[in-house]
Amino acid sequence: MHDEHISSAFDRDLEAVQALIMKMGGLVEEAIKNAALSLETRDEELAAQVRAGDKTIDALEEQIDQETALIIALRAPTAIDLRLILSVMKVASNLERIGDHAKNMAKRTSVLTQMATVNGAASSLRRMALETERMLRDVLDAYIQRDADLAAEVIQRDLDVDQMYNTLFREFLTFMMEDPRNITPCMHLHFIAKNTERMGDHVTNIAEQVIYLVTGQMPDEGRTKGDKTSLEPAAAPPDVEA
Amino acid sequence: MYDTPISERKVDQQEVKFSAKGVQVYYADTHAIKDVDVEIQDKTVTAFIGPSGCGKSTFLRCLNRMNDTIDICRVEGDIHLDGQDIYDKRVDPVQLRAKVGMVFQKPNPIPKSIYDNIAYGPRIHGLANGKAELDEIVEKSLRRGAIWDEVKDRLHEPGTGLSGGQQQRLCIARAVATEPEVLLMDEPCSALDPIATAQVEELIDELRESYSVVIVTHSMQQAARVSQKTAFFHLGNLVEYGETSQIFTNPQDERTESYITGRIG
Repeated sequence: MHDEHISSAFDRDLEAVQALIMKMGGLVEEAIKNAALSLETRDEELAAQVRAGDKTIDALEEQIDQETALIIALRAPTAIDLRLILSVMKVASNLERIGDHAKNMAKRTSVLTQMATVNGAASSLRRMALETERMLRDVLDAYIQRDADLAAEVIQRDLDVDQMYNTLFREFLTFMMEDPRNITPCMHLHFIAKNTERMGDHVTNIAEQVIYLVTGQMPDEGRTKGDKTSLEPAAAPPDVEA
Repeated sequence: MYDTPISERKVDQQEVKFSAKGVQVYYADTHAIKDVDVEIQDKTVTAFIGPSGCGKSTFLRCLNRMNDTIDICRVEGDIHLDGQDIYDKRVDPVQLRAKVGMVFQKPNPIPKSIYDNIAYGPRIHGLANGKAELDEIVEKSLRRGAIWDEVKDRLHEPGTGLSGGQQQRLCIARAVATEPEVLLMDEPCSALDPIATAQVEELIDELRESYSVVIVTHSMQQAARVSQKTAFFHLGNLVEYGETSQIFTNPQDERTESYITGRIG
């Protein structure tokens, strides 16, 4: 198939809206990285910066929405062009959600700096956030290169993030049972872990859009929704056992 | 039917109306249609799309032997209507064209009254016994052509005095007057404004309940709007034939994709 439309203005419109996605993606990657870093280094200033930066991300999503609405109205895209526009819209809204989670993480950082640290949790969370950030980077590469295989690999990697979340969940539970003074920080940390796990899910959604864009088919639900850790009743703490 | 999602509004009719196998058409030395196989379903709108000169109109004209009128035109292969070979020597092309009606790009009312435009076909085919029955056929056809309300008070005025959109609906009414089974339409809306186009498209959708409709169109959006099946022709070949929803979201052939997305094909 030819890459270029007869109408070069159409090509320019499509490129412009994809450039906005990449710009948005770059800002969201940055937000994840900085939110996690501010948590580990207890850097309130950096956390404030992440919170302020979310406005730019939201504004970009709005701009992308307007551009895509115009392209649909003026160009009536079909086939690959239609799939591109649909994926642009979904990718933008998923990126916006990831941005919100990063912002929420930064908010909790500001609260957590006022409390005692919980052993090793911040660096575990940062590792988890970094893996999510790498997944996002790869999925955006896959998007630009139209690489469905890379997108499928990213979907698989989300399992690791889920696993990390489950491990942290158990850890926090133990800490809280050991000492009730840990409850407040651990609750915040747990929300951060949950936010990061949700970010991974949004990255997975973007990866599915890449596969749809390239192949015209949504991927099969191949992975098992396995772990029920957070749904099981907590085991009784050792010291209250009958 | 109207509250089902588009994705579920697939072709439910599996009954084949036209079945073409290995059709070749030559204009003198020019090979215009190359080995086309296609099955056109009953009670379905089938759109033929493709760039100018791709053979879509030529193929459409094979379906009611309109190509017979062109001396240098030669048609090979099998075209069956309801299982009967339409190029068989025993088939009378005039009878065939009563069964397979046609509407052209430019509205072409005969220079007579609105009434006579409709009554002409039923008269020569002897479909009516007497004036009352003919009146009934005229009214029914004009209603089917969605133009009755606009012309019922001036049936004896000339058909050529109507607006372009009305003339085209008059021609559609004329085509259905002989109780055809298939309607062939060769760019029926290209000379009409958007409102008249929308009226004709609405009419096509209604006609689908009684007929098999085959429409040739240069407007991809029109094909997408009115048809359930789409065939893409290119350089005399039938490149891709499938559900319209599939052709316009996920075409399987690169040439189809290039054409419908407006890339150089």
